Amino acid sequence: MRHSRRTFIRLCTAAAAGVSLTQGFSPLVHEIFAVVLNGTRPPVLWLQGQACTGCTVTLLNSVQPSVADLLLKIISLDYQPTVMAAEGEQAWEFLLETARASQGRYVLAIEGSIPVNWEGRTCVIAEHGGHHITMLEAVRQLAPGAAVTLALGTCAAYGGIPAARGSQTGAMGVNALLRQYNIHAPVINVPGCPPHPEWIVGSLLLALQAIDAGMLDTFLKLRLDTAGRISWFYPNVHINCPYLPDFERGHYCKTMNDKQGCRFVLGCKGPRSACTAWKTGWNGHVNWCIANATCIGCTSPAFPDGTSPFYANPEVLW
Amino acid sequence: MVTESARNRIRLSIDPVTRIEGHLKVEVEVADGHVVDAHVTGGMFRGFESILKNRDPRDAPQIVQRICGVCPISHGTASSLALEAISRTELPPNGRLVRNLIMGANYLQSHLLHFYHLSGQDFLRGPDSAPFIPRYARPDLRLPEALNAEGVAQYLEALDMRAICHEMAALFGGRMPHAVGLLAGGTAQVPDRTSLEAYAKRLARVRRFVEDKYLPTVYLIGSYYKDLAGFGQGRRSALCAGGFPLNDEATRTVFTAGVYADGTFSPLDPAKITEEVGHSWFDNVTTGRDIAHGETVLDVDKPDAYSFLKTPLYDGKPMEVGPLARLWISNTPLSATGQEMLWNYYGLRAERFRDLGENLAFSLLGRHLARAEETYLMLGHVEAWLREVHPGEETFKTPSIPDTGAAWALTEAPRGALIHYLRLRNGRIDNYQILPATLWNAAPRSDAGIRGPLEEAMLGVPVPDPGSPVNVGRLVRAFDP
Repeated sequence: MRHSRRTFIRLCTAAAAGVSLTQGFSPLVHEIFAVVLNGTRPPVLWLQGQACTGCTVTLLNSVQPSVADLLLKIISLDYQPTVMAAEGEQAWEFLLETARASQGRYVLAIEGSIPVNWEGRTCVIAEHGGHHITMLEAVRQLAPGAAVTLALGTCAAYGGIPAARGSQTGAMGVNALLRQYNIHAPVINVPGCPPHPEWIVGSLLLALQAIDAGMLDTFLKLRLDTAGRISWFYPNVHINCPYLPDFERGHYCKTMNDKQGCRFVLGCKGPRSACTAWKTGWNGHVNWCIANATCIGCTSPAFPDGTSPFYANPEVLW
Repeated sequence: MVTESARNRIRLSIDPVTRIEGHLKVEVEVADGHVVDAHVTGGMFRGFESILKNRDPRDAPQIVQRICGVCPISHGTASSLALEAISRTELPPNGRLVRNLIMGANYLQSHLLHFYHLSGQDFLRGPDSAPFIPRYARPDLRLPEALNAEGVAQYLEALDMRAICHEMAALFGGRMPHAVGLLAGGTAQVPDRTSLEAYAKRLARVRRFVEDKYLPTVYLIGSYYKDLAGFGQGRRSALCAGGFPLNDEATRTVFTAGVYADGTFSPLDPAKITEEVGHSWFDNVTTGRDIAHGETVLDVDKPDAYSFLKTPLYDGKPMEVGPLARLWISNTPLSATGQEMLWNYYGLRAERFRDLGENLAFSLLGRHLARAEETYLMLGHVEAWLREVHPGEETFKTPSIPDTGAAWALTEAPRGALIHYLRLRNGRIDNYQILPATLWNAAPRSDAGIRGPLEEAMLGVPVPDPGSPVNVGRLVRAFDP
C-alpha cells in the first residue's frame, strides 16, 4: 500500500505538470497498472443508455495503452454491449453475478443519458425473467455497489444532446439522476462528445489508483472541478490555444478554409471550453478541432444549448 | 428467456442483442427447430427530430452526427447536402472530393469494425476471459484451431486498422468520431501535400490488410459455414439511395440509386417513401405520411406497439438496405479474390455481384460477402479521389442559407440508405426528418401487418437448440442494423 501511495502521488504530480498520457505519461501508466492490478483485472460494467456508441468507439481508438492491452491485460470488461460475446439473458445474468461477486469493487461505466419520463421506458436495455430493465432501473441498482462510477461522455455527465431543448424523454446525466433518487455514490464525469480516449483511460486509472490507496474521497474532493471532472484533463482551451497570440493581436480567420488566425469570429467556443485536445490531438495526433475548424464546446455542461449557435459568438459585433 | 407456448411453439427473447450499434431486442417463435415468426424491437428513443426543431440550421451537421458514433460522417454529410440544396450552394470540386475521402475512410472503418469486432465472435472463439466469455453453451464455432487463431490475431490487428481509418478521416475532418470539419458548404480544412501523403500512407496499410486478410478470410470462414447461405433471404427486396458523387453535378455516383422488388429493378422515387407507426410507440395520427410531412409524436403507452423504430415503406413495401442492397442494385464488379473463391467454394463463375444469384446474395452469408466486397471496391474509389484532389485548393464555400426553404438529401451510410429532410422557417429549422438505415432494416410490422425486412428474414432460421439460438443473433448482425 505504501508503494501504491507513492506512485499515486507521483502520478498526481505528473498529471499536474500537464504531462499527457501519450507524452511521457505512459511508463507511469504501466507502472501504476502493474501496482494496482497485481495480476487481477478490475471488473468494469459498461452500460449504454441514450447513447450513439461514440464513447465506445472513441475508446477503441486508445493508443496508450492500446485497446487490445486494455481489454486483455488491464481491465475485465465483464459487460459491454458493443464488444461482449454474450447476448440476451446470459449477458445480463453475468452482469448481475459480477456485481454480486465484486460488490463495492466494480467500476460502473455509463455511456449515454438516462431518461426518467414514463418510468424510463424510452430506454430499455435488457430483459430478465420476462421483466424489461430500463436504463433508469439499472443505474439505480448498480451505482450504489460500484467502487466508482464513470459518467462517460457529455450525455452521461450532463444529459448532452438527448437532454437538449426539445427533448421529451426527461434525459439526465448520472449525477443529476443520483441526486434525484438520493443515492450517494462517487461519480467522475468524463465529458466530451466524444471524450478523448486519454480522458477515459486516465480518469479510470487515477480512480483505480486512488481506490487502491484508500484515498478516493480525498482525491475526488481535491481533483474534481466544479463540473465533476478530473481537472487535469479539462484545462481551459483558449488560454492554451496555439492561436491565442492571433486572438490577442486581433488576427481572425475570415472563412472556414482560412487558417491564418484565431477562429473566434467563426464562432469558436474555445474560450468557454475545457479539454486537452490542444495538447494531445485526436486520432494518433493527426489533427484537432480548432486546427481543423472550430471548437463547438462539446465537453461543456451546457452542450449543446449553451454552446450554440456553433458558428457565431455573441461578443462578435462586426 | 425461453417460454413454451401453444402448439409446441417455443418463444425466445434476446435482449440485448449485443455487438451491434444501438439497442435491439429480437423475439422469435420456434417450431420444429426453425423460426416461424419474429418481432424486432428498437428499445431506445432520444428524439433528435424534435431536438433539432428551432435550431440554427448550420448547427445541424454537428448535431445529427451524434445519432450514430459509428457512422457520424454519413449523417453530417446528409445534413450538409440538404442545407446546400436549400441555399443552392455549389461546393468547390475539392469540397466534394475531400468529403468523399472522409466518408470513404469511415466506410472502411465501419466495415472492418463490423466484421471483426461485432460479428467476429459469431465464428471465432476468443480467449477464455471477458469480454469474450460467457458464450453460448453450444456456440457452433467450427473453425479449425489454426484458422481460429489466425482469425483472433486478425481481430486484434483490425483494432489498429480501424483506428488508422479514423486517422484518415480525422486528417480532414478534425477528429473521429464526430468530425468538427463537416459543414454545410463543404469541409473546413484545405488538404495539402503533407496531409494527403499521410492519408495515402495509411490507406496503403489498410489496403494490404483488406487484400491479404479481411477479404480472403471472410470467404474462407464462410466456407466452413456454407449452411449460412441457405437462410435469411427474407423478401429479397432492396433499396439504394446513391451516394459518393463522382462529378460535381452528382449525376454519376459510386452506387446506383434504385429499388429491387419482386424480381425487377426500378429507379428510386423518394416521393414513394412513407413511414407508418401502427406498431411503433408513436401517435397513430402520424402514420402513413411521406417524409416531408412526417412528425414524431410519442405514445409510449400505445397498446400493440413494440418498437421505437418507425416502419418505412417504399411504394407500400418494406425494403432492405446496406452493402447487399447497394451491390445488388449497382451490380458492381467482384474482386479477383472473390471470383476465385466463389469458384473454389461454390463452383460459381461470378464476375459481378449479381452473378452470386439471389439465393446466395440475400442469405446471411451473402450479406457478409457483400460488405467485404464493398470494402475492397471502396479502396479503389478512395485512391482515385486521392489522385483527383488538388492540394492547396479550397474545400468550402460559405452558404447563404435562406429564411425559408425545404430539401431532401439522399446518401448511403455504411449500414445503408440514409435520407434527411429539412424545412426552414424564419431562418430556423421548422421540421427535420431523419430516415436512417436502422429504420429500414429493423422496422416493426407495417400497419397492414407486413413484417419488417429483418423480421421476415428470420423466418426459417435454424434454431436446433433453443438454449443456444446462435443463428438468430448472427442474422441480426449480418444486417449490421
